[in-house]
Amino acid sequence: MTDELSAEEAIEPPPPPDGIPQPQQHFRSRFGGLKGAIAPLLTTILAFFMGGLVVLLTGKNPLRVYKAVWDGTGLNWFVHVGHHSARVPFGTAHMWFPWDTASIAAQNLQQTLLVTTPIILTGLAVAFAFRCGMFNIGGQGQYFAGTIFAVWLGSSFNGMAPWLHVLLCLAVGTVAGAVWAGIAGILKATVGAHEVISTIMLNWIAIWVGSYLFGQGGPLQNSAQKSIPISNDIFDGAKLPVFWGLKLLQGLSIGIFIALAMLIVYWIVINRTTLGFEVRAVGFNPEAARYGGVSVARNYFLAMAISGAFAGLAGAVDITGWEYRIGQNDIQLGGSSGIGFIGLAAALLGRNTTLGVGFASLLFGALINGTSGRQLDPSIFRPDLAGNLTTIIQGLVILFVGLNLGGVWVWLKRRRGA
Amino acid sequence: MNAVAARVGGIGWTHPRTIGIVGIVLGALAFWLALPPLASRTAALPVAIGILAVAAGIWTFSRDERRVGGGAIAAGLLGIAFGVLATRSSSTHLDQVVVWSALGAATLRYATPLIYAAIGGLFCERSGVINVALEGMLLTGAFFGIWGAIWAQSWAGGAAWLVGVGSAALAGMVLATVHAIWAIHLKVDQIISGFALNFLALGITGYLFIDKYGDTGTPGDVPGIPDVHIHFLQNWYFVGPIIGQLNLMIWLSFVLLVGTYILVFRTPFGLRLRAVGEHPRAADTVGISVYKVRYVAVIASGAIAAMGGAYLSIGFVHSFNEGMTNGTGFIGLAALVFGKWRPFPTWGATLLFGFSSALADRLPNAYGNQWGTLFQALPYLLTLVAVAGVIGRSIGPAAAGRPYEKQ
Repeated sequence: MTDELSAEEAIEPPPPPDGIPQPQQHFRSRFGGLKGAIAPLLTTILAFFMGGLVVLLTGKNPLRVYKAVWDGTGLNWFVHVGHHSARVPFGTAHMWFPWDTASIAAQNLQQTLLVTTPIILTGLAVAFAFRCGMFNIGGQGQYFAGTIFAVWLGSSFNGMAPWLHVLLCLAVGTVAGAVWAGIAGILKATVGAHEVISTIMLNWIAIWVGSYLFGQGGPLQNSAQKSIPISNDIFDGAKLPVFWGLKLLQGLSIGIFIALAMLIVYWIVINRTTLGFEVRAVGFNPEAARYGGVSVARNYFLAMAISGAFAGLAGAVDITGWEYRIGQNDIQLGGSSGIGFIGLAAALLGRNTTLGVGFASLLFGALINGTSGRQLDPSIFRPDLAGNLTTIIQGLVILFVGLNLGGVWVWLKRRRGA
Repeated sequence: MNAVAARVGGIGWTHPRTIGIVGIVLGALAFWLALPPLASRTAALPVAIGILAVAAGIWTFSRDERRVGGGAIAAGLLGIAFGVLATRSSSTHLDQVVVWSALGAATLRYATPLIYAAIGGLFCERSGVINVALEGMLLTGAFFGIWGAIWAQSWAGGAAWLVGVGSAALAGMVLATVHAIWAIHLKVDQIISGFALNFLALGITGYLFIDKYGDTGTPGDVPGIPDVHIHFLQNWYFVGPIIGQLNLMIWLSFVLLVGTYILVFRTPFGLRLRAVGEHPRAADTVGISVYKVRYVAVIASGAIAAMGGAYLSIGFVHSFNEGMTNGTGFIGLAALVFGKWRPFPTWGATLLFGFSSALADRLPNAYGNQWGTLFQALPYLLTLVAVAGVIGRSIGPAAAGRPYEKQ
């Protein structure tokens, strides 16, 4: 039996290891640069088109719905250069200073960017593991690990130096995410347990442990209101500074810069360090990497832990940036469509590249914010319907993004030309 | 039968395996003695029996029966821990929580959606297609089950639930067909398409639910799947309350289980199914159509899992809510992994997980909400331990997750 198998493997190349989406990695090398953006763009357009069909089938005008969503995202703020007008006595005055920072659009944009921040980070989490040939489905659990520790530390140590307090929350949240993912990494590296199964299990363990901690009678539940399943608020010292908008109106914290910095860190680590080179080598072909003297097991563990660190940081940034507390309800809802899973969609759509993840995160952040109950005008479209529309569009994006539509398109064009 | 007899006959009473199994039983006994009706009040008894179990486990483990031995050690330690906990707690509290007949019935109720999901997953994964979309298939079944039943209420009368189950199965098959096309023909990563379907199922059912029943929720008089009353059984001690009055879908799940075992392990189709999942090229060489078998298996998995969802909505809770499955599909997947992709061990795993859910449901009666909540994590923890290989590793079908390229 073993002889037959090895004979067969000698004839054909070894089958791709589990969990590596081969076509995508080939795609980048074949259609690198700008052309690499064609497929994700087509995917997005297709997903929005099909989402529009769903809206149409239930008797609503999809164009009006999408326009309302667009207005809610605040992305029109960028278009508003020179178009801002205000009422003054005896008429309307056109104000020409660009990009008014106090407009409704500006407030909406702040919300969009607040949502985008953790999506970038969980997207990077998925992308980093992907580069090592692993599928980190556990972003949500690692995000909760970061969240739980950030809330816990943030609501302890009153009177600590503010910058130290917030740094402590972020650092420990990051480490918590890394440890939680590291469990899956160690299992993969030592006994070869499939990381998809172990991270799914770790997700749900985190969800139920979190529900226990912040549920009624739980150890981290609000100490003042014993009947509400919610955590204590973190102290002011543990909050990230708000740099745009008002703190009371949930303005934009500097968390977005942390996320952007992490995008750069991701690019540097992946493309300019030995670690990144080894991680990519293992991701392309673990056997070849092993022959080349790379420790596959070590890189599986490291890649998973770093991946988890991104997701844990996402949770900590969310807590210190604008949520300031967490409820049992939030944790329960996260099980099916939480930030970790949206990060998965962002990484897939962004093809695990730095720019791609950034823009895909902005797309999903805008979509989520634009369809939220706070932003969407209910007379045009019910926000609870729109929230589900967002989920549908995310599903369609993930479904079509693996299809390599751009490849199909280029192939068709070439055939027509020939 | 002969094979079983030979296997039993071949094992002497001092065989490590036998001792290991005795150890597992002792571990369970250690816990059981501390619970009603016996409810030992001294901690010494569970500790003593638990230590015996651990000793048997170590003895077995050192004789290279690692799986059974590890199981006995774990059972012994858990038996001691839970047994001592139980002796510490007041007996009124114990009586409130541990009502064996009620726990048994609840276990079956909680295990049923899991077994449908797990059996669905078994077909799919045995054919070499990973199915992480079980959650979405359950949810789809739950919504379209209740939708079909409400739709048929006016013209089908008492049989409306049949239409419900039928439309659930159909909807599950549609979802599974997408998974099949993506996984088999388009050769997209199966985990990606599975997760995409989970998102889609969540979004579509949520959207339709809000659109149709949004303001009031599903109506209160939804035609449900009937219970089976076995009158002569109902007065029997212990057994009566458990199986005297069970939902039809629960009985059907037993039939499904046995049927699955026979189909997968005792028929030519089952052999083909397993061959395609283990070594598709070899199967192709002997003339088995890999694609056909995989399509059949994936679509069947959608229908079966969706029927579990229909049980959840019109057999169990008689309503629907957005995202109501809340991880049930993933516990089903966990049970499949824990049961090593085999029907009866998987059934055992669903019963174990169903029991832990039933216990989690009853714990708040006496000990407050929080412990019940923490208990919900147990199935996932056990499965994590199982894939980690501490108690015998779970290894799936060899070709699972790999698209097959025809030559």
